[in-house]
Amino acid sequence: MREKCIRACFAATAAISIAATLLICAFLLVNGVPTMAKVGLFDFLLGTTWRPENNLYGIAPMIVGSIYVTAGALLVAVPAGLLCAVFLSCFAGARFGGILGAGVELLAGIPSVMYGFFGLVVIVPCIRGLGVGNGMSIISASLILGVMILPTVVTVSRNALDAVPASYYEGALALGMDHEHAVYKVVVPAASSGIATSIVLGLGRALGETMAVVMVAGNNPAFPNSLFSGVRTLTANIVLEMGYATGMHREVLIATGVVLLVFILLVTLLLNAIREKGEVK
Amino acid sequence: MISNNLTQTPYESIGNPVITVENLNLFYRNYHTLKNVNIAFPRKQVTAIIGPSGCGKSTLLKTLNRMNDLVEGCVVDGSVRLNGQDIFTELRPTELRQRVGMVFQQPNPFPMSIYDNVAFGPRAHGIRSKSILDGLVEQSLRHAAIWDEVKDRLKRNALGLSGGQQQRLCIARALAMEPEVLLMDESTSALDPASTAKIEELIQTLRSRYTVIMVTHNMQQARRISDRTAFFLLGEMIEVNDTKTMFNHPADERTLDYVSGRFG
Repeated sequence: MREKCIRACFAATAAISIAATLLICAFLLVNGVPTMAKVGLFDFLLGTTWRPENNLYGIAPMIVGSIYVTAGALLVAVPAGLLCAVFLSCFAGARFGGILGAGVELLAGIPSVMYGFFGLVVIVPCIRGLGVGNGMSIISASLILGVMILPTVVTVSRNALDAVPASYYEGALALGMDHEHAVYKVVVPAASSGIATSIVLGLGRALGETMAVVMVAGNNPAFPNSLFSGVRTLTANIVLEMGYATGMHREVLIATGVVLLVFILLVTLLLNAIREKGEVK
Repeated sequence: MISNNLTQTPYESIGNPVITVENLNLFYRNYHTLKNVNIAFPRKQVTAIIGPSGCGKSTLLKTLNRMNDLVEGCVVDGSVRLNGQDIFTELRPTELRQRVGMVFQQPNPFPMSIYDNVAFGPRAHGIRSKSILDGLVEQSLRHAAIWDEVKDRLKRNALGLSGGQQQRLCIARALAMEPEVLLMDESTSALDPASTAKIEELIQTLRSRYTVIMVTHNMQQARRISDRTAFFLLGEMIEVNDTKTMFNHPADERTLDYVSGRFG
């Protein structure tokens, strides 16, 4: 009896999170999909002009914007994050590694609006100083997002590296490898599925980030023509216009949310695929 | 140099030893783990090191390829010579470990293909030619008596092998470096009897090409497969002799007590 009660209790709490996910998905799909049909899926996804006042609802520039900014963030975060994780796990030693690791975790706790603010007052003026555009650009957004997802990449990769059995490392040393060789040829490859997971988690976070991006990306809804031109992401599109949008305009913004959701779902599937592959080993 | 050393030490009886340990003392922090150990290991023979848990036998083994360097607070005093060269001052640890291979208690193949496991050492030391690697991999797997079992699945992940096969793969991986000495640290204690028998048989064949130094918990194993046996107790080497003499006519009473099963 008592066990049944406890079981029910746990089931109920678990149900809350699942229900929340399902409700959000259902809400987006119910509101978004008919709108896509009304605009025309082709015109919506591939349309290059976003002008709600003229009933032109093409979000291709925003899809491209999201992809550019996310890719840029990964270009910043993956090399830096992986090397940092390897350093913390295999080179820094317990004490220094602990201090440094705590610093990285602190980075994860900073609210995204602070990142945006930092970008606005430090990065954007620097980029503007290069003399190309006003500084609100793909490159500013990528840099800020890259730093923002760094803790995810570092922490998850580091945990994966720490979990590699010491016997692999010892086996490599016993074959006459030096420390660096053992780390890069044995320990890092053995952690590869965890490292891939860290990258995908960072990707998901960059894709969904809104506030920091809105503050530094320039937000013009047009195809960017260089790394230094402004860009609007899917998330920015929603947050910038939702406040005043009505009627069809509002519905199209919800449909933009559906597109974002599909991207996030793809990322999650990728994550699961990596995890399964990691387990087969 | 070698002969010089030999005249000063009581090991003339074994001729030209591959490793000579003299006055070796080892401390873990303040714990005196090895006490003034003197022993020489004859070339192309199997030497077994036996003794109860905590007697220092594994510690001695890990000193011979300096894996003890990884242990914090480990201090070594005395000399260990590999073919006359002092392993602490005249050889880099990487060079030493290429010449003195090791097989661990738990099989520890890398999570990569069988082929890559064996080719790992040679590749890391600069061998790129596929034909040379192929030859080395086959030869090493044959010497480790596992070639017939894996020749059709060299590209498969090594973690899919059974425990006994994994251990023989680890032996092959060590042999691919063509070491002068192979250290085996209770390498059958995690295996089932059938796998243990295979590895014992394998050690018999290795003797013609390599010097094998094995630590074992199992006195019967030492008796079955070793040429010489050394008995350790509480950090001291009590006795070393031909295995037969050692088990049938031990010189020291403590050895007799141990080999006849009175303690340990």
